[in-house]
Amino acid sequence: MIAELGHFALALALVLALAQTILPLLGAELRNGRMMATAAPLALGQCLALASAFLCLMYAYAINDTTVANVVQNSHSAKPMLYKITGTWGNHEGSLILWVMILGICGAAVSTFGRDLPTALRARVLGVLGLISVGFLAFTIRTSNPFQRIWPPAPDGQGLNPILQDIGLAMHPPLLYLGYVGYAVTFAFAIAALIEGRVDAAWGRWVRPWSLAAWSFLTLGIALGSWWAYYELGWGGYWFWDPVENASLLPWLIGTALLHSAIVVEKREALKTWTILLAIIAFGMSLLGTFLVRSGVLNSVHSFANDPERGLFILGLLMFYLAGAFLLFAFRARAMIPTGIFAPVSREGAIVLNNLLVCCITAVVFVGTLWPLFADALFGTKVSVGPPFFNSASFPLVVPLLLAMAAGPLMPWKRAQFMPVVMKLWWVAVIGFAAFFVALLASGQKVLPAVGFAFAAWVIGAAFADIADRTALFRTNLGNAWNRAKGLPRAAWGAAIAHAGIGITAAGIAGMGLAQERLASLAPGQSTTLAGYEWRLEEVRDEVGPNWTARRATITLLRDGAVVRVMRPARRFFPLARQNTTEVAIHTNLIADLYAVIGEEDAASGRAVIRLHYNFLAPWIWLGAGIMALGGGLSLADRRVRVSAPNRATARATTGPRPA
Amino acid sequence: MTRKRRRLWILLLCGLGVGSATALTLTAFQDNIVFFRSPSDILAERPAPERSFRLGGLVEAGSVEREQVADGARPSVRFRVTDGANTIPVVYQGVLPDLFREGQGVVTAGRYGLDGTFRATEVLARHDETYMPPEVADALKRSGHWQPEQGAAPPAASWNTLSPPRSPASGS
Repeated sequence: MIAELGHFALALALVLALAQTILPLLGAELRNGRMMATAAPLALGQCLALASAFLCLMYAYAINDTTVANVVQNSHSAKPMLYKITGTWGNHEGSLILWVMILGICGAAVSTFGRDLPTALRARVLGVLGLISVGFLAFTIRTSNPFQRIWPPAPDGQGLNPILQDIGLAMHPPLLYLGYVGYAVTFAFAIAALIEGRVDAAWGRWVRPWSLAAWSFLTLGIALGSWWAYYELGWGGYWFWDPVENASLLPWLIGTALLHSAIVVEKREALKTWTILLAIIAFGMSLLGTFLVRSGVLNSVHSFANDPERGLFILGLLMFYLAGAFLLFAFRARAMIPTGIFAPVSREGAIVLNNLLVCCITAVVFVGTLWPLFADALFGTKVSVGPPFFNSASFPLVVPLLLAMAAGPLMPWKRAQFMPVVMKLWWVAVIGFAAFFVALLASGQKVLPAVGFAFAAWVIGAAFADIADRTALFRTNLGNAWNRAKGLPRAAWGAAIAHAGIGITAAGIAGMGLAQERLASLAPGQSTTLAGYEWRLEEVRDEVGPNWTARRATITLLRDGAVVRVMRPARRFFPLARQNTTEVAIHTNLIADLYAVIGEEDAASGRAVIRLHYNFLAPWIWLGAGIMALGGGLSLADRRVRVSAPNRATARATTGPRPA
Repeated sequence: MTRKRRRLWILLLCGLGVGSATALTLTAFQDNIVFFRSPSDILAERPAPERSFRLGGLVEAGSVEREQVADGARPSVRFRVTDGANTIPVVYQGVLPDLFREGQGVVTAGRYGLDGTFRATEVLARHDETYMPPEVADALKRSGHWQPEQGAAPPAASWNTLSPPRSPASGS
């Protein structure tokens, strides 16, 4: 009964989404106020229907309803309750429901918080969001209905992939989807602006917070995914340049460009066409990510078994939305007249440079990720493109980006000069060089990590210099600077903090360049050394969990004979899935991660294979990402965003002419 | 600064950026493209010993041997990879991924030595035991072991019963 309710709610949501597409879009064309006014209640209704469908599915998982095919395939009664609930979105069908539900929530949010928007613009944005919903709901109901019943009911479910039975699954997909779907909203704004043929500062003021929110969530989602892979897979790495990882990086990169160019639209009414294009591409990249993950066309370490038919459907949706958007763009882009003029050396110019470099990095990652597909289709050769390609092709582009991102915020709008910026940054450059030489000496002449540390110091220092400059820290007394700091817009703080976050992540990545690894086969009582620590294997014993058994090792970590920590890595075996998982033991002191993995055991000699890592500054990678997202959140709390100049916007909507 | 000149500047910058990105991509491609080869491909055309590539197929049932090592040395493991027609012996130093199992699809990266052994530097793991890497599926098709027209690939669990005709060249 509950499953049928969920199915019905899904169908209801599809109908509401159809109405939400047709009525407001038509109403906006006909300037029919009553038709436009249907948009908000329809969006709310669709959101409610989707939330009900999602809750129904969650209920089926929670009670382990074995008459629902999706539950049978992906769950089991012996699973802990937390993983039963998170297992709702641990599979293709459930994750799609989560995707559309988040889209529904975004639609409801636009309709609720967007009361100040011009009526026609709001109707069009909600109409486009409805159209996106229609596509994905049709896809869900047609190819991936999670409420399909089976008869006779199975005695019990087949279990969830053990790798997914982890807290990472509870957090990573929802955050990532919030990011992906956030770009659906900026896409809808871009399409609405193209239909209206007008982009102004009010539009930029709306797109900026949405792109900022999407970007912050995507940053957190990617960081969590990377951290999850780091501790769950037990390979000791955090980023493998794998197609599925790149699929989430592509929208992030374009989103970063969009975030910056939207500021220019808001403040200076320039770069309008470009921002629209970025908004379209950002959503395209989100869809491409969904397609790559769901179709399995690329060989990925994170791939799950999948169905090519579904991939084809998503590809169709991708083509439909992007082709439509680009067609509209081709016809309407000319109508966007830039009003703000700026010199090449200016804040706007710096943002253009940022956009250019970020887009080039995106292009490199895009080509590298999809090249195996092209090579197979064009030349019939099976190739793969691995980390060396991405490292050597993107590094030379990241260097000027990091150099320029320090200077950009210190430049005034419209027209700037180099000398004042140099005067503000010279001491940061000195610190950067000092960091380079110190790192070079300390690491034993490892050049690349030292370069990384230099840039990290440069970026963090420049973020500090930016705040110091704005608060006149070095020009007046402390009390005065404190007062100025309090008066500084939160967006300025947010930008500086997010930039510093990039620097901290860069330091973490550079530190990982100095990571050490050791592989040893040890009998109990034997020990090995790594990074100045002695690692002694004490014993390996059996352990039993709710739906697994394990071999857990006890490793004592000693430094100069004193016990630092007892580490207990394990290797779990899930009998239901006949699969092993690795439970890594990590001891972190925020400067480095000490990381231990137990491998196979040899029954005859009693030895166990132990893999040990010393990951210098590894926690900073995710710490930096968290700080970036924090900066984004702080920017969102800015007064300008909360008070979005409603009077001007509504006045224009009712009286302003509508250019064709 | 007129609008025309500004546009020129931006176009110039864009050209520079796109040009350097293309140049970077092409140079990086030259050195870093990794080809995929099945055991039959390797025996048909022997790859140069310094060229690294990916070898994929099924881990032959009963072929996995762990080597005894001295204290503190890196443990290593030997196994054979088959595409149903030919097999290649592989040696790997390291901890095998969780989903490595006899009779299942595997992709390894490394170099083919002059002694006819593939020295893997990496054994790629997957998250899902029913997942078959597309390249491995393709290799099985080419060696005539799986005709997609006759239905889907047999479930992964039944691959361990696969016993390929041992070719004399496999040298095990």
